[in-house]
Amino acid sequence: MDLVKELLNGSRLALARAITAVESEYDEAIDIMKAIYPKTGRARILGITGAPGAGKSTLTDKLVKQYVKAGKKVGIVAVDPTSPFSGGAILGDRIRMNDLATNENVFIRSMGTRGSLGGLSKKSSDVVKLMDAFGMDLIIIETVGVGQSEVDIVKNADSTLVVLVPGLGDDIQAIKAGILEIGDVFAINKADRDGCDKLNVEIEMMLDLDSRKLAWRPPIKRTIASQDVGVEELVESLDDHFEYLEDSGELQKRRAERTRDEIIAMINEQIGRYIADKIVSSDSFAEQVEAVNRRESDPYSVVFNVTDKVLKA
Amino acid sequence: MAEKRIRVLVAKPGLDGHDRGAKVVARALRDAGFEVIYTGLRQTPEQIVEAALQEDVNVVALSLLSGAHNTLFPKIVDMLHEKGMNDVLVIGGGVIPDADIPGLEKAGIAAVFTPGTPTSDVVDFIKKNVK
Ligand SMILES: Nc1nc2c(ncn2[C@@H]2O[C@H](COP(=O)(O)OP(=O)(O)O)[C@@H](O)[C@H]2O)c(=O)[nH]1
Ligand SMILES: [Mg+2]
Repeated sequence: MDLVKELLNGSRLALARAITAVESEYDEAIDIMKAIYPKTGRARILGITGAPGAGKSTLTDKLVKQYVKAGKKVGIVAVDPTSPFSGGAILGDRIRMNDLATNENVFIRSMGTRGSLGGLSKKSSDVVKLMDAFGMDLIIIETVGVGQSEVDIVKNADSTLVVLVPGLGDDIQAIKAGILEIGDVFAINKADRDGCDKLNVEIEMMLDLDSRKLAWRPPIKRTIASQDVGVEELVESLDDHFEYLEDSGELQKRRAERTRDEIIAMINEQIGRYIADKIVSSDSFAEQVEAVNRRESDPYSVVFNVTDKVLKA
Repeated sequence: MAEKRIRVLVAKPGLDGHDRGAKVVARALRDAGFEVIYTGLRQTPEQIVEAALQEDVNVVALSLLSGAHNTLFPKIVDMLHEKGMNDVLVIGGGVIPDADIPGLEKAGIAAVFTPGTPTSDVVDFIKKNVK
């Protein structure tokens, strides 16, 4: 396939087109993913999450500049929520990364959620794989940390950076959404504001409560992303974490689990599609539902009949 | 399963300092169900073209007040073509004298929208002409 060949040869246009194919679920998407898969598994993947406006994009811009300076090629996947009303979206993460736009070692792609939150985790992870096969050393996934679906997206990363802001009082919300549990490194951004010490104590207390007694204690770093303050120290912590993952064997373990989870999710999706296409849309299924409505049958028997038939087929 | 989604880059080339018009257009396009990639003020043609390429947009909507449209708009079209983005629809908006419009259209700007054009016209034009 030409697109794949061009992508592997370094064509940015081919990479962009392949991402569109995967994101839009074009027919050729599976063939593209199959063809590039052997070339994946080389990039380091970093998830960045936190409340809207916390400074994730600004911080990403500064982090990426450090990595580019160190000779790395970096891909960025910036996920923004789609309006539930129109299905449209304004994806504005690039505003903070304009300096990177023309850097030949950087490729930025914005993604809307397109109303398919479950599928987004899979799609964004496929986009990461395309960038991986393209030859990026580091791939950053930026996503708003508001719910389970976003947590699922950053689960595709090797390390997760959680960005918090002092004085918002929304840290409790983050705990609820399960965001804090997935943090490998914490950034207290907007450290030019009041309340850093208080937030720092709150995060430490939360980490103390973690019963898992992890070998890695997530460090907490203060940054002022808009002034490029504290970024080098943050890079150090992120690199420390990746080194820890590699040395402890945790990286292999996390990636193996991810591969397994991915395959299970794909099987689930495939079976779900089969059910929708073959069973739910069939006449006999409609008749059985009718029969339940007339109280001539019951849902339990229908489920048994249907699954029994499918599993024997 | 394919879901074709129209992606539009809304960009402001040139040096003028506010982007109210561009933001109004961006919101109207979002409300029409498009995915709008918004890149903010003072974009160089290089930045706009690279963003259009990386984001694989179907449409580039340029907004300009400062009067450099006769050089900037055609330059951006040429650069897009150089990068192999031949199918992308380029439209322009801003304070553009009527006399300049034929020249811009010849240079590959598919349509020029002057102030006062209802945003629904822009939406309709994109829906009809996007490839
Ligand atoms: N005061 C202050 N403002 C910041 C800092 N970092 C980012 N900002 C601003 O916060 C706003 C939101 O930043 P953005 O990166 O878009 O946040 P995101 O939604 O988390 O990606 C922007 O206006 C930034 O300039 C910081 O460290 N201090
Ligand atoms: Mg952002």
